[in-house]
Amino acid sequence: MKTIRGSVYVLKDDIDTDQIIPAQYLNLVPTIPEEYTKLGSHALSGLPDGHTLFVKPGAIKAEYPVIIAGRNFGCGSSREHAPVCLGAAGVKAVIAESYARIFFRNCVATGELYPFESGQRLCDLFKTGDQAEINVEGAQVTNLTSGQSYSIKELGAVAPVVEAGGIFAYARKSGIIK
Amino acid sequence: MGMTLTEKILARAAGKRVVGPGDNVWVEVDILLTHDVCGPGTIGVFQREFGRMAKVWDPSKVVIIPDHYIFTADEMSHRNVESLRTFVKEQSLPYYYDPGTPNYKGVCHVALPQTGHVRPGEVIFGTDSHTCTHGALGAFATGIGNTDAGFIMGTGKLLIKVPKTLRFTVDGTVPRYLMGKDIILKIIGDIGFDGASYCAMEFRGDAINQLSIEERMTICNMVIEAGGKNGIIAPDEKTFEYVKARTDKPFEALYSDTDARVECDRVYDASKLEPCVAEPHVPSNFALARERNDVKLDRAYIGSCTGGKITDFVAAARILKGQKVAIPTFLVPATVEVAEAIMSSMIDGKSLVEIFAEAGCEDVAPPSCAACLGGPTDTFGRTTGKEAVISTTNRNFPGRMGSKQSRIYLASPLTAAASAIRGRITDPREFMS
Ligand code: SF4
Repeated sequence: MKTIRGSVYVLKDDIDTDQIIPAQYLNLVPTIPEEYTKLGSHALSGLPDGHTLFVKPGAIKAEYPVIIAGRNFGCGSSREHAPVCLGAAGVKAVIAESYARIFFRNCVATGELYPFESGQRLCDLFKTGDQAEINVEGAQVTNLTSGQSYSIKELGAVAPVVEAGGIFAYARKSGIIK
Repeated sequence: MGMTLTEKILARAAGKRVVGPGDNVWVEVDILLTHDVCGPGTIGVFQREFGRMAKVWDPSKVVIIPDHYIFTADEMSHRNVESLRTFVKEQSLPYYYDPGTPNYKGVCHVALPQTGHVRPGEVIFGTDSHTCTHGALGAFATGIGNTDAGFIMGTGKLLIKVPKTLRFTVDGTVPRYLMGKDIILKIIGDIGFDGASYCAMEFRGDAINQLSIEERMTICNMVIEAGGKNGIIAPDEKTFEYVKARTDKPFEALYSDTDARVECDRVYDASKLEPCVAEPHVPSNFALARERNDVKLDRAYIGSCTGGKITDFVAAARILKGQKVAIPTFLVPATVEVAEAIMSSMIDGKSLVEIFAEAGCEDVAPPSCAACLGGPTDTFGRTTGKEAVISTTNRNFPGRMGSKQSRIYLASPLTAAASAIRGRITDPREFMS
């Protein structure tokens, strides 16, 4: 059984890609390994002041493998730097009430992280720092801190692409490219 | 049951007679657009997956327009443009618009149609969310990430889901004080910031027909601000005239069937719409300009792919003529063609550049994205503190123009110019007799 376990970081609605990775870091190229790591260290640094820092000063990764968010997560720009910086910071899955289309697609195409949709508003039922366990095949998330379990939505039409490990692996598997 | 314009284009690109919303289809790509921010990563993916020596699928279909971080001392940004140059040389790409040369264009979404790369009925993907702009000429156009773009570079194809279509009929006569920006901000305000998620937004009606191609581009540019996959307007005589003046390449225009299935049809009367703003920090935060007179401003910004076109500067100049701005007013033409028009276009015997200078605006900046997205710290017009900015750009997210504390009000160039004169949000009708 595939599970993802660890601390959660909770966000509300309309978290845009400028907040996920501010424009001044877009000069970093995700396919260059050192710059991939650097992108991770700047993940979510565009959140307005008052949020718990996602990546601690001086650290290169975050302590939160799971992000739980509200509606329209990842809206705005098509910058792939956004899912990439979260993946580079150690995020394995986001569970949001809904996603902006391009961000969702970039998660799937890159295979950086699982973009799960929740049936209910989980961002009101988890607090930053709670421990969570996601059962990937069972489409369920448990708040280990409160003991409550919630179902999440199956990945649906994109599941074959996610299972293959991204758009290239999927296209090779299905014979579209060699 | 008939098909919408979006469905027809995708059906043809997929080699199918019929497609419907929700179908996942492989489409053949006509144009892949990239720029200096996402180009290097796209090339990185392409070479990682297809090999260091691989060739792009069709050099005549790859268009690279550096525009984001051009006028900066930032070394990394220069390195990125340099890596584009190397790739363009290796691949012998004919359509590369190099900064620092006479071939430089400026903001990709204004340069792409101006340079004749947008044609009705075609499929355009770009590594930039505002690629949706090009639907204004009857093409299917949408933004993608580096990985999908790297895939297209190698194969010329992409797997996509056919979107549902939301239809917006804007009838009536467009008043002089109303711009495409007011129409799209009103629509986004009504349907919400994610109101068109995964959907095509098709615009039609008498008012849309009256708009110039550039004004239609403003509307399609902002569909992403409602989560839309693409914006689209059926081509007409204005479209054909615009396209044929810029390219000889043949194209076949397509149109929605009269019995096409749409998810919804919202009807507006342009003559009843009023100049408006989107307040911080989401573009759906609609308010009428005349009801926000109390909002004091520190700066005005006219520029970007949304509000930095020729018609945008003409509109601003109509208001600023014979007036003085009360706050620093930044002018950033989107492209070289726009910059040239600012020098040469006249209103009552005065060039736009003279009108702006006499009104006390900052000197017109060289064309690029500039502060529309903040950028490196030395970017022209970038906010650094708690500025309240009235801007003709498309996004007012926290930190979008630089500082997380600054507050951005999105508006039309008419409204931005009127507000610059008063130093507070102002309905442009106050300056139109
Ligand atoms: S002008 Fe602004 S919105 Fe347009 S492409 Fe440049 S950064 Fe993006």
